[in-house]
Amino acid sequence: MRPVIPYVTAALLFGLGVYGVLRRRNAVLVLMAVELMLNAVNLILITADTTATSMFPHGGQVFALFVIVLAAAEIGVGLAIVLQLYRMRASVAVDEVPLTEETPATAPVPAGTLAAGTAPTGPAPAGTDREGAR
Amino acid sequence: MTGVDVLLLALGAVAVGAGALVVGTSHLVRAGLYLVVCLGALAGIYLVLTAELVAWVQVLIYVGAVVVLLLFAVMLTRAPIGASDDLDRPGWPAALIGGGSGLGLALLLVDAFRWSTVDLPEAGTAERLGDQIFRSWVLPFEVLSVLLLSALVGAIVLSRPDIGRPAGRDATAGGDGTGGGAAGGGPAAPDDRTRTGTGR
Repeated sequence: MRPVIPYVTAALLFGLGVYGVLRRRNAVLVLMAVELMLNAVNLILITADTTATSMFPHGGQVFALFVIVLAAAEIGVGLAIVLQLYRMRASVAVDEVPLTEETPATAPVPAGTLAAGTAPTGPAPAGTDREGAR
Repeated sequence: MTGVDVLLLALGAVAVGAGALVVGTSHLVRAGLYLVVCLGALAGIYLVLTAELVAWVQVLIYVGAVVVLLLFAVMLTRAPIGASDDLDRPGWPAALIGGGSGLGLALLLVDAFRWSTVDLPEAGTAERLGDQIFRSWVLPFEVLSVLLLSALVGAIVLSRPDIGRPAGRDATAGGDGTGGGAAGGGPAAPDDRTRTGTGR
């Protein structure tokens, strides 16, 4: 087995992931590119498990399992953030996220009208609250 | 070049090609499906490298759960179905940095390993990996379980707008159904007026 083949594959996948994170505007596609980078790291770990013998046999594969768990946690929180962003802004373009915006004093309240007035505590006031607390 | 090398080359070519399509295609849903191909090819590489358990976990968690979650997110954010031309930023710096890091790492690894050969180790079955995890890596395992729990709680708090509100507002709003405000305000909230109101 030539270990240089999976190593080079992993390096190219990591480069593709970096390119995707920097290039894409859609937040879901950015998350997909992050998954590519995490998988490249996993491939490095598993290939290193075959080339480097340590005092812990199969240590690389154990670490790859840990990275998979971390990726699952990351994708859960990341998608929660993306959906909350879409709920507040109706857009998931990452270069349109205002990072320094003050809380608008006359915030539109879309949910109060959409919920037919039954629930005055829609997500829009909550969103402005969260911004104010930041 | 043995059969293992040929398999690794073929699966690696499939993985890299599908990865390039993931970051290059202009169809959102197709990007998710190409990601399935890429992760499946990687699972094949893991199998060739005798990491059986990791390969099956990869299929189960990544292809089964993560990609499905991503496709759910694509649909919940009302992504356009056909090709859309506003997915990308103008990207020569991205190509420069991504290509530079990828090719630089590849050169580094080629220089380190040249064309040497190693013998494949014994297969990483569930028994051997479980022995290692619960003998040598118990503490990281427990820390990871705590991390999963906190990620779960964090995702719930993020997606529930009525958690973390100041107490006074809760008292005024508590009359007419806090649960209704949380559930009803969810998917119906995006409105064009929020888009114009942000003033971008």
